[in-house]
Amino acid sequence: MAETGTTAQNGRADGVFRAALALPGTAVTLGLILFALGLLALLAFRVNDGSLFGAGLTLGNFRTLAAEPLYGLVILRSLVIAGLVTLATVVTAFPVAYYLSFHARARGLILFLVTLPFWTSYLLRVFAWKIVLAYNGVLNSGLMALGVWSEPSTALLNTPAAVVLTLAHAYAPFAILPILVALDAIPRSLVEAAADLGAGPLTIFRRIILPNAMPGVLAGAVVVFVPTVGDYVTPALVGGPASTMIGSLIQAQFGKAQDWPFGAALAVVVMLVILAVILLVRLADRRFGSRT
Amino acid sequence: MSAAATPGTGSGRRWLGLYVLAYLVFLYLPVALIPLFSFNDSIQAAFPLQGFTLGWYRGLAGNAALRAALGTSLMIGLSAAFLATLCGLTIAYAELSVGSRLARLVAVLARMPILIPGVVVGIALLVVVNLIGLGPSRLAIVLGHVLVALPTTVIVIRGSLRAVPRSLPEAARDLGASEAAVFARIMLPLALPAAASAFMLAFLTSFDEFIVAFFLAGTDPTLPLYIWSQLRFPKSLPTVMALGTAILAASVLIAATAEILRRRGLRRLPS
Repeated sequence: MAETGTTAQNGRADGVFRAALALPGTAVTLGLILFALGLLALLAFRVNDGSLFGAGLTLGNFRTLAAEPLYGLVILRSLVIAGLVTLATVVTAFPVAYYLSFHARARGLILFLVTLPFWTSYLLRVFAWKIVLAYNGVLNSGLMALGVWSEPSTALLNTPAAVVLTLAHAYAPFAILPILVALDAIPRSLVEAAADLGAGPLTIFRRIILPNAMPGVLAGAVVVFVPTVGDYVTPALVGGPASTMIGSLIQAQFGKAQDWPFGAALAVVVMLVILAVILLVRLADRRFGSRT
Repeated sequence: MSAAATPGTGSGRRWLGLYVLAYLVFLYLPVALIPLFSFNDSIQAAFPLQGFTLGWYRGLAGNAALRAALGTSLMIGLSAAFLATLCGLTIAYAELSVGSRLARLVAVLARMPILIPGVVVGIALLVVVNLIGLGPSRLAIVLGHVLVALPTTVIVIRGSLRAVPRSLPEAARDLGASEAAVFARIMLPLALPAAASAFMLAFLTSFDEFIVAFFLAGTDPTLPLYIWSQLRFPKSLPTVMALGTAILAASVLIAATAEILRRRGLRRLPS
């Protein structure tokens, strides 16, 4: 049993230790994340007077946003593109996660292979598609060599479809892990019991596996949707002018256009869109009866 | 798990296996073009191939701007990975062992960058660094990359700390160890492989990161920024692909090491 003196000493040392433990995380999360986001939100309500942080307080940035139909169009386009990418990514990832959870022999290897591109250069993954889709690119030269086309097609690159394809490829591995985690958590006895009671494979999938996997599917959808809705690299490399997304507009405000308050207002809109999507996902999550 | 217990028939399972194979091919085929064309003796990335060359790689070695960008990226990557791992370790440990309201709030906030697109992280930090007088610089990029990597480090390290049986730190406390001693002598050694894995993943994240760095770079570009500047010139494309191949190979090596470390760490834990 420890003496009281040692206990008090230990208590003080524990206090110091806890303070040291809390310091880096608190500094980064409260001091950097919250502060930066708060500052950005404030900047969205400032007037652009050419100075660093603008002047005064105004709703003008948001009024411009609402009045000019171009912005609504670009926001809508970003939503549609990110939505299609999310749908494509989740739907194609689900069978892979299902295979890994229920059937795979070389599970560790396949899982590693699937997540590996995630750690290779994003810029190069996007650029690879430019090589594939370009006028004198791989697809055109390959199809011409095979005699499918006599002339290269310009319809591949610089289209919104190219943006969807490229983003779906770049973010493909993101959705697999959350779905896999959800599938792995399904008690196998549940599946066996259903089979014993005469449920066919389709019924088992529809009534047991899909509802239980839903939280993972929704988590995967959020993880893909967030980076794609704000992307500006892919539209710039393979999208052409008809695929400008909200991220490209924000980038332009902080670059050439030099209107930081308006760029901040656009960023606030992006965050609100993401917040709305997350709330929708939460709602869907609850509707599917998940415990999370 | 027996085959009979899993839904789906034998043929369904074979189709699923084929699908996974096709998925992997789709995942790797475009990326595989980059190494392929980096050895191709032509300025244009198109078929048919024009013959084998190592010339583009030779061009890499003598490029001073590239070497400077590589140095910048390495320095930023190591600093960001160190800070992100330190924060991830302390945040995860404080959440699990102290469990105070602040610790839990910090842990939730630390995962938040997953929900913020890179472009918003970039401009938000650009405003901050300009306001505090730091300006776009290497340090600014380090701060940005710490934020981007933080959710990964917290999640990876938290998973390994949670796998440690509670009886271990409890026994040490009962025997009179201070909280610091429990952390330093028991939990830290057990979490070390996960921390090393988190460090490498954070390094890779930073090393490849473009979107945030684009806003925060001062006069010295990182490697992805250098690549971006070269993508505009058709003449330098083969060199960029040679560079990309080298980065690809290094990334694969680091990612594989991180994965092996993570698994070894989980296996080492007493069950």
